[in-house]
Amino acid sequence: MADLLNALAVAGKSALGFQAIFFALLAIGINVQFGYAGLLNFGQIAFAMLGGFGIAISVSKWGIPFWAGVLVGLAAAVVLALLLGLPTLRLRADYLAIATIATAEGLRLLFRSVSATPVTNGTRGLSGFNGDFIALAPWNTSQRYSILGTSWSGGELWVALVGWLLVILGSLLVFALMRSPWGRVLKSIREDEDAVRSLGKNVYVYKMQALVLGGVFGALGGMVYAVGTGSAVPDQYQNANTFLAYAALILGGAARVLGPVIGAMILLFILQFADTGLRLLIDNGVIPDDLLSSTDVAQIRFILVGVGLMLLLIFRPQGIFGDRREVMLDAR
Amino acid sequence: MLTFGLGIAAFTPGLAQAEGEQLTGTVQTSRSGPIEDVQIEVAGADGAEIESVETDDEGRWSVDLPGPGEYTVTLDEGDLPDGVELAGANSRTVTVDEGRRQAVIIGLEDGSRGAGGGGVRAIQLLVDGIRFGLLIAMAAVGLSLIFGTTGLTNFAHGELVTIGAVAAWYINVSGGVNLVVATVLAMVVGAAVGALNELALWRPLRRRGTGLIAALVVSIGLSLLLRYLIQVVYGGRSSPYQGFQGGRAVDYGVFTMTNADLASVIISVIVLVLVALMLQRTKIGKAMRAVSDNRDLAASSGIDVNRVILVVWMMGGALAALGGVLLGLSDQVQWDMGFRLLLLMFAGVTLGGLGTAYGALVGSLIVGVFVQMSTLVIPNDVKYVGGLLLLIVILVIRPQGILGSRVRVG
Repeated sequence: MADLLNALAVAGKSALGFQAIFFALLAIGINVQFGYAGLLNFGQIAFAMLGGFGIAISVSKWGIPFWAGVLVGLAAAVVLALLLGLPTLRLRADYLAIATIATAEGLRLLFRSVSATPVTNGTRGLSGFNGDFIALAPWNTSQRYSILGTSWSGGELWVALVGWLLVILGSLLVFALMRSPWGRVLKSIREDEDAVRSLGKNVYVYKMQALVLGGVFGALGGMVYAVGTGSAVPDQYQNANTFLAYAALILGGAARVLGPVIGAMILLFILQFADTGLRLLIDNGVIPDDLLSSTDVAQIRFILVGVGLMLLLIFRPQGIFGDRREVMLDAR
Repeated sequence: MLTFGLGIAAFTPGLAQAEGEQLTGTVQTSRSGPIEDVQIEVAGADGAEIESVETDDEGRWSVDLPGPGEYTVTLDEGDLPDGVELAGANSRTVTVDEGRRQAVIIGLEDGSRGAGGGGVRAIQLLVDGIRFGLLIAMAAVGLSLIFGTTGLTNFAHGELVTIGAVAAWYINVSGGVNLVVATVLAMVVGAAVGALNELALWRPLRRRGTGLIAALVVSIGLSLLLRYLIQVVYGGRSSPYQGFQGGRAVDYGVFTMTNADLASVIISVIVLVLVALMLQRTKIGKAMRAVSDNRDLAASSGIDVNRVILVVWMMGGALAALGGVLLGLSDQVQWDMGFRLLLLMFAGVTLGGLGTAYGALVGSLIVGVFVQMSTLVIPNDVKYVGGLLLLIVILVIRPQGILGSRVRVG
């Protein structure tokens, strides 16, 4: 029983910690692109990587201030979105999907390569760049605080607080945008591109704006993650994370302002609970070690997400809050 | 730039193991193959010798360590055969973390790369590229035909490649069966998995009227599920097939090639010619092209579309499995090998024209050659990036691909 309570507490912490914020911001970005505009960006993690490394490289390698690093990361994400969008936005949806996933994987390989080591430190990655940010916390960051049976360091709390503020501001921005004429055009593009075009709107420009905006949210997510972990390692930005964010979005409900946020919290709770629970069962010998060892547990989350994505898409594509009519997308 | 494929290759994954710390390595070069009886000395941080071992007949060695810390590994260069020299220093100092099995690389030079000037190296890379391209083509034919017949962009196709390679590995290494037999069995497994894909998942989904975008995300889910399931079952290591690792390269004048690689090229060519003949001459092949071209027209002229799609899946699964075995033969078997190949398959298929069988062939061949030849100018570890860049350039210049028609892009 104590174990169960402990597992629930750990899962609850993870649903409120910086990882949930990371996936929430990624999913908010995907929501703008996929939920509202119908664009399939399968390379969201690349934007996050540029955000995280934007800060890391700026501070650790170039020695410029933290906040300038944030601007560098955001600018890099905008440039990547423009570069990706230029060739692919005129094409059918699956081409964008292929191009973005290829870019994300290619960028990760590039960042971890030997030739990039002088800038990115290769597979070891960069660390020690978040000091300026943590120092801004209004409380003592080296102390540990106990909240509802979970232990947080002061730094973790500070990152979580600022992160959730970002999520709230981002959600408000999306809310305002989607009520504006701009948002209505975006949703109409998702429903019928040709109809929008016949009304004289430049569909290409709208799609590009959605791609850039979503990419900026991805970069912000990557920054929260990099600052939260205190390090930026290329292999943290595996493409499977993009699909964790997709799972969060679809679970919460695409094309809903709070869908990605609630989805990310629930998803992280489920994954962490499964993780802790399985480890407990293995430690207690309920699951024999040769069936599933504790080193394998880390992979279970991706298996769960894979199954979850399939089941959601097949049986409940609108997720918890979504509207089924809004998410019945088809390839154009 | 000359160190890849040479020297003591570190193919042992650094997975945490509870038993204790260990240093391992393999002494081999691409021309000489594994080198036997080379003395390796491991010394602690204070210079005291811990153990001195000789490599076995597969060039491998390992030393159990008393605990974590810093160790120096020294290779006795007097034991190296003629023609093989050290690329740098004969010793290396490594730090071993607690509970880790650490692989040690000492660079060796056998003159097979870079020797004789750029021209010869280009030919060597061209031959490697053709082998790699044929392999991509074999895996990608199914991907392209599945897209052509059902409209599905199947992101889980890479896992069919991995499943083939891993199935063959279990049959070959755990079951002790000859690799040729294991490959045939793996192709049967691949065909079965393909059929299962179609019957258990995609046909019901088509019947439900699931949109293509939703189907695409479902295939992503399936890909994640299978990929990480394979990692749990097979593990994060990379292992070679029994009796086929690091074979000696045969000199053909302007290029060298191991017998395994030569077999890979011959098998790929034969299989691809058979596939082309089947598509061109047989009834089911013509039906496949008909369904690919216009599904409704094919259905109304009496073709059983569902049966054709099932055959496409089975054929695609078997070919992907064969591609996986050949990839495992040259690059060892790994849990994510298929996913990494998938992106190059997409590049090949897009270049050739999505949905066309021959397009997949031509495009993959070009991508394979491009990826290998690109190492003339870019480092080896970013060569896949070149292939992915090529994909994006194709999308800018000619999105419908070489053999595709414009309407498909729309």
